[in-house]
Amino acid sequence: MIETRALRKSYGSSLVLDEVSLTLPRGGITSIIGANGAGKSTLLSVISRLLTADSGAVSIDSQDIFRAAGPELARKLAVLRQDNHLNARLTVKELVSFGRYPHSKGRLTPACREAVNHAMTWLDLTALSDRFLDQLSGGQRQRAFVAMTLAQETDYILLDEPLNNLDMKNARAMMLTLRQAVQALQKTVVMVLHDINFASVHSDRIIAMKAGRVIHSGTPAQIITPAILRDVYDMEITVQEIDGHRFAFYYG
Amino acid sequence: MRLGLAFLLVAALAAISLTVGVSGLSLSRLLAGDGRDWLILWESRVPRTLALLLAGASMAIAGLLMQIVIRNRFVEPSTTGTVEAAGLGLLVMTLLAPGAPVIVKMAVGAVFALGGTGLFLLVLRRVPLRDQMIVPLIGIILTGVLHAATTFFAYRADLMQTVLAWTQGDLSGVLRGRYELLWLGAAMAAVAWIAADRFTLAGLGRDMATSLGLAHGRVLALGLSIVSGVTAVVVVTVGIIPFLGLIVPNLVSLALGDNMRRAVPWVAVSGAGLVLACDILGRILRAPYEIPVGTILGVIGSLTFLILILKGRRNAA
Amino acid sequence: MQPEARILPVTPAQSETRAQLALILLGGGVFLAAALFMTLGARGSWAFVLQFRGMKLLGLILIAHAVAVSTVLFQTVTANRILTPSIMGFDALFVLSSTLLIAFMGSVQLSGLDPRLLFAARLIVMTLFSMALYRWLFLGEEQSLHRLLLTGVVFGIFLRTLAEFVQRMLDPNEFMVLSDMLFASFTKIDPVLMGIGWALVLAVTLWLARNLARLDVIGLGRPVAVNLGIRWRRDVLLVLALVSVLVAVSTALVGPVTFFGLLAASLARLAVGTTRHAVLLPAASLTAMLLLIGGQTLLERLFAFNTALGIVIEFFGGVVFLILLLKGGRR
Repeated sequence: MIETRALRKSYGSSLVLDEVSLTLPRGGITSIIGANGAGKSTLLSVISRLLTADSGAVSIDSQDIFRAAGPELARKLAVLRQDNHLNARLTVKELVSFGRYPHSKGRLTPACREAVNHAMTWLDLTALSDRFLDQLSGGQRQRAFVAMTLAQETDYILLDEPLNNLDMKNARAMMLTLRQAVQALQKTVVMVLHDINFASVHSDRIIAMKAGRVIHSGTPAQIITPAILRDVYDMEITVQEIDGHRFAFYYG
Repeated sequence: MRLGLAFLLVAALAAISLTVGVSGLSLSRLLAGDGRDWLILWESRVPRTLALLLAGASMAIAGLLMQIVIRNRFVEPSTTGTVEAAGLGLLVMTLLAPGAPVIVKMAVGAVFALGGTGLFLLVLRRVPLRDQMIVPLIGIILTGVLHAATTFFAYRADLMQTVLAWTQGDLSGVLRGRYELLWLGAAMAAVAWIAADRFTLAGLGRDMATSLGLAHGRVLALGLSIVSGVTAVVVVTVGIIPFLGLIVPNLVSLALGDNMRRAVPWVAVSGAGLVLACDILGRILRAPYEIPVGTILGVIGSLTFLILILKGRRNAA
Repeated sequence: MQPEARILPVTPAQSETRAQLALILLGGGVFLAAALFMTLGARGSWAFVLQFRGMKLLGLILIAHAVAVSTVLFQTVTANRILTPSIMGFDALFVLSSTLLIAFMGSVQLSGLDPRLLFAARLIVMTLFSMALYRWLFLGEEQSLHRLLLTGVVFGIFLRTLAEFVQRMLDPNEFMVLSDMLFASFTKIDPVLMGIGWALVLAVTLWLARNLARLDVIGLGRPVAVNLGIRWRRDVLLVLALVSVLVAVSTALVGPVTFFGLLAASLARLAVGTTRHAVLLPAASLTAMLLLIGGQTLLERLFAFNTALGIVIEFFGGVVFLILLLKGGRR
């Protein structure tokens, strides 16, 4: 369980997180939605200790993340940001193997190798394992990074806009992979999503943010409604149900 | 009105500069017609003070001019390779034609300075992205490379002392008959003032300037020639005065905005005043020894430069 | 990225072979250069020549290793390939702290001190300075590379001129003591300092050898490294402290060299085509040794002019820096 208590964070005079208190139970996919600048990525970064909050606390399974030892936390929680430019020139396999660093400090054990191979199979990267990252397409590279976080074998995976730069086919495949990981491996996935329809179809929970605050949270059926979406995005959005899923229309 | 006050302040500094030095001067002895005091005043103090005023004003204007035509707030002759190239030219002349008159050496220095600036612009043109910060960065490194080249030749020819004299702005050796070239530099700076409007237009960029009917290339060449000429004159007479042309125009523009014609007198007065103040400081801090004005300005200038860069960071964030 | 991709290996197997080949060639080159340096143009007693030149060779090796390793480490923690400790004014910091030490304590007190104690004092002052400075520069909010570079370069100028200013404020006699202390050269190396230098550099190297994987992870950049359990602040400050020690050793022995580290690190990256520290660190170190020993041999024995090596290296290093900038200096 991830808990945040009264998180505040500001850049200069602008407040990006305003007293965010939140409880995310174990299991399932939680999507964070909201307009640009609502504080979604900042929240994700604070939960994953990439940013420090000005005040407030974050705990994972009742353990304060800023007190926890680095490697210990890295075996419990993995985070992937949207822009992953590397200075290093690595192959897919080398990158995925880095996911084992928290466990083995660079000396791979047989269990490590198995985890690495497993993660690569899971993301359909086995054929690409000896390719250098700079020889891959954007979608393949994104998959390689997700494989690294899977190889980390953490209970929690936090992703910042994992569908960014992916085309329709790759975006769908990525969401399905994450769903499988949640179901088969009992992972807890928390991600920032821009596409509210992907969030609606694939999430178990949706958290809606606006101006640094969490203003709504609930199941897709509770959140994807015209009234709540108007509140979140300040625009008229119609919602229709197709095949048991709720879809938002805002193109016209 | 405020400009008048600034003039008065600089005049007061100049008066102080006349009286500060190793051998004491006294007003009463001067009035009594003491020959030794008059000699010191006439042969050393007056030339030194004039040299400071002229060099300060013209270097500051050269910096302003360069910032306008290159369209970057952080360039000035010592961050674009111009100064180092002028020094290299002077070194070449010292090697090849040591007996040449100083005006010829200066002319060759100016040609080299123009060449150095041209090299800088050429390198700039090849830089993919035009970030405000990368322009002076390239200039400073180019300066380092030119400096290494100069040092290499000087070292081989046993001329390190000569090079050292140029790289440290030092006015302790200025006497009557050894600074007059600076008037020429001031005259060139005055041309920059007269043509200020054109340079301001050229500073809008080539497309805009051309559509306003300006021969952009020619104005740019004129501007950079003036900068190179002023630089060569100052380097050959008093040595490098680092960062002056950078900090003075920036501080003036913070106070006054960016119109060149309005800024020029302020830049000239502040440049002259700053150099005077630093030189006086250098004479009294460690008397009877002198700290070169280049060293003091180096510290003040780089610190101010740093603050200007970091201030930009806060604004951008 | 594209033009570089052509010269980089395409498969991991190629990459491995290439790195091994490069290390072997570099090692062979260094060995050859050292042999030539020891023997070429020797006259008189061999015992004397070997002892005399052996001292110099040990000094060159130490300096090359310290400069190259400090540059690679610094580039790893700052996630760029252009900035080096000396461009950022680390060595100026060392000169400044030595100057301040003399300014505040006076040369009389200092001349009574054990040179090892003195070196330790200079080292500590410098390390503290650099920690404060780089904490402020690198551990703040993320910022543009070019602004960081410019800040670093101007800071270097500031530190250098400040050191010069303080030196000018000194009594001329004190200044003489200081310049004796500061301005050594590639050919005049103090044996006591060299002993301390070797001890320190070996200790740092040993630590590095045990932490290569951690360095690789740090090289992935802050977000990925933190995710993998690196304690960024602590580890980066630790690496910067090691960099300070290495720079202090090389600066104490030969004085400031601005572009040498950049030249060695860039050539080594080009030669091995990998960013793994297990390969890159030795490669950079060997490249620097080859440049220094080979260059010194050429200049001393063939062209017969001394100590200009620093200047020649500065010139080429500066050109490399410009080329890197022109290529875009990707982060």
